[in-house]
Amino acid sequence: MKEISRRSFMRIAGMSLGVGALYQVLPVKLNAENDEIFNWMGKKNGERPAPFSFVQLSDTHVGFNGPPNPLGTKAFERAVEVVNKLPQRPDLVLFTGDLTHDSEDKDVHGARMKLFQQISSQLHVPLIKCVPGEHDAGLDGGQLFRESFGDTSYSFDHKGVHFIALDNVSRAKPEVGAERIAWLTKDVARFSKSTPIVVFTHRPLFDLRPEWEWFTSDGDEVMNVLSPYENVTVLYGHIHRDHDHEEGHAKHHAARSLIFAFPDPESTAEKKPLPFDKDHPFRNLGIHTVSENGRGEASVQSVELGEVELSLREFSSTEGIQQMLKAGVMK
Amino acid sequence: MKPKNFLMIPMLLLSGLALQFPIHLRAQESKVIEITAKRFAFTPNEITLKKGETVKLRVVSEDVVHGLYLKPLKIDADIQPGKTTEITVTPQTVGKFTAICDHFCGVNHGNMKMTIAVEE
Repeated sequence: MKEISRRSFMRIAGMSLGVGALYQVLPVKLNAENDEIFNWMGKKNGERPAPFSFVQLSDTHVGFNGPPNPLGTKAFERAVEVVNKLPQRPDLVLFTGDLTHDSEDKDVHGARMKLFQQISSQLHVPLIKCVPGEHDAGLDGGQLFRESFGDTSYSFDHKGVHFIALDNVSRAKPEVGAERIAWLTKDVARFSKSTPIVVFTHRPLFDLRPEWEWFTSDGDEVMNVLSPYENVTVLYGHIHRDHDHEEGHAKHHAARSLIFAFPDPESTAEKKPLPFDKDHPFRNLGIHTVSENGRGEASVQSVELGEVELSLREFSSTEGIQQMLKAGVMK
Repeated sequence: MKPKNFLMIPMLLLSGLALQFPIHLRAQESKVIEITAKRFAFTPNEITLKKGETVKLRVVSEDVVHGLYLKPLKIDADIQPGKTTEITVTPQTVGKFTAICDHFCGVNHGNMKMTIAVEE
């Protein structure tokens, strides 16, 4: 096979929708060469890559109703409308934790989980996947979350991408824990190093701002497990604002919250929610989405949709061809 | 002090109960600072340490499990209710640090913190 450009394979790119993020996974070119690569990856990874898009939503905090946002679930409901109006229907929506606001009354918390399910079920997407935040699973070790949604850590494959839901909250501390890291190690072992991997979790897996509890104490151990893999994207929530971070082969992206925003920690020492603006109630809240412009590049755009600020920008890319070229598979 | 107390000290040291004794009886030991954790605050919420001087933080929870976490000073402890958690610290860096409760303890957990200042 003749030499193939690294950029001619496949990429995952993301854009902020202001109420979350949209990601698109697609081959840059659909041609005979890529077809051969896809067949090879399908054989190697168990599923042939195919274009698709997915959305990340985060920190809906159903049940919260206070000064930083007296509108409760309105931004969440707006986000559902935004996703349902996307021109290309996403294959799945990932929720990166704090689906609900905690309550010590199990019945109250259970009712909040049901309300979350009721609102999220309005999404016109085939798949919805959730990982807990500390407000969902920090007080009871994840018991109620498991009863409502199933396991707190799990993985699944979708069109050539391996998705991993990683719980870093239910031990009450910001940690994944040795048992779950062992599970992760086993989970990824069967994949080739070129497999695109998307980890979705709640807290950042690196020390973003430890004094604001924006870290995972054993996040570096998790990233060590993933370090041999060339195409790793980590999506998380918790910090209620956008943030991008790149380290080794991994790119980390935070989604905005759907309840209230935190300030830039570089601008203030106080972790205090940004005040509610009744004239712009959804300002600083958001969605993430992904798309590609047909020339192999993710586009950077900004969109306004009613009162929801939508900003679209590149998030990440994945180019598995590099690994295959290094391994000599394609020669 | 009564003579019998002097006899008791070695016994208590051996049984690991020396910390029950007042600080003045352990003049050669580290300075001790008592801290109480209760949702959603530490009391006191600000302490001052000296660089290079070893101190013992004795932390008690009055309600649920809390945490005390401050990476730059290598503080990472779970504070179980009903027992005293002792943390030995020898700060090497001057500055003002924020220690947090890193064990989720309820709705205002995110605001449970204290300041630890380290002076020359």
